[in-house]
Amino acid sequence: MSVEPAATRLRHQVPLVIWLVLVWILLWGTWSWANVISGLLVALAVLVFLPLPHVVGGVRVRPVPLLVFFGHFAADLLVSAAQVAWIAVRPGGVRQAAIVRVQLRTDSDLILTMVAEATSLVPGSLVLDLDREERLITVHLLHVDDEAAVAREKEDVLRTETRLVRAIGSAADLAALEAAA
Amino acid sequence: MSGPADVLAIACLLAGALLCLTAGLGLVRFPDVLTRMHAGTKPQVLGVLLVMVGGAIRLNGWSATWMLLLVAVFQLLTAPVSAHMISRVAYRRRHVRRDLLLVDELGDGSHQDTVYRGDEPGDAPPEHPPRSVPGG
Repeated sequence: MSVEPAATRLRHQVPLVIWLVLVWILLWGTWSWANVISGLLVALAVLVFLPLPHVVGGVRVRPVPLLVFFGHFAADLLVSAAQVAWIAVRPGGVRQAAIVRVQLRTDSDLILTMVAEATSLVPGSLVLDLDREERLITVHLLHVDDEAAVAREKEDVLRTETRLVRAIGSAADLAALEAAA
Repeated sequence: MSGPADVLAIACLLAGALLCLTAGLGLVRFPDVLTRMHAGTKPQVLGVLLVMVGGAIRLNGWSATWMLLLVAVFQLLTAPVSAHMISRVAYRRRHVRRDLLLVDELGDGSHQDTVYRGDEPGDAPPEHPPRSVPGG
């Protein structure tokens, strides 16, 4: 790993420490200073002994688009669960599936990861492969009737990406989105 | 003790259990690994979430609620990842029902089987071995 200034490293690791302490406190279930301090010690030990590459660089959180994203995500989760449950119990079962590739536009590890996660949980799609270099995401579609349905599902993946970039993307990510549109 | 909260908790628990049941049905009824992974992610995750919500309403004390919240978050984060890893391996080992695929844009020519219908053993020889493999 390349040597980077201590200030940059600190800025990248503070969110991780906060998250680890939060998980620790939630695990204990009660708020107390003893929990906070022991959580801090555990978090620092984790960061020192198991150093991770940082992924949170260049993220700017915008609250309203983030809420929009989570709203869509919750609705998609409900719809997709109902849809897959219906396909599982209906007499016909699975009829026709498809494997498609979608060209994504952002170049951020975190956003690509979140697109992949969200795509797996929204209706009809499951991530098969993610080509980081080419920014190609390969998706398996559970239920397609014709080519038009395939095109629609591809649009859905791109829309998820757009919402996510609007919510937490950096200025460069937004510019890449505009350039591709 | 019964009231609106209890009714809501029961509704969440029942709906969650039902969704988990359909996930199990899907695992049995779907034709190949990739489609089964769909059943393993979506109804399963929502089912677990609903059971968590029902439990959080019904259980006393916040410490249980925080624990359930953590379980829910990690369920959402990890279920797609494990499904992705399994389907990726399944695709590479050709456990795919190609007769059910409308389009396949991932195929790069190295494992384009025309006769195999999927579900053959993972060590089945390629039907058209790529030329780079010495001796085929």
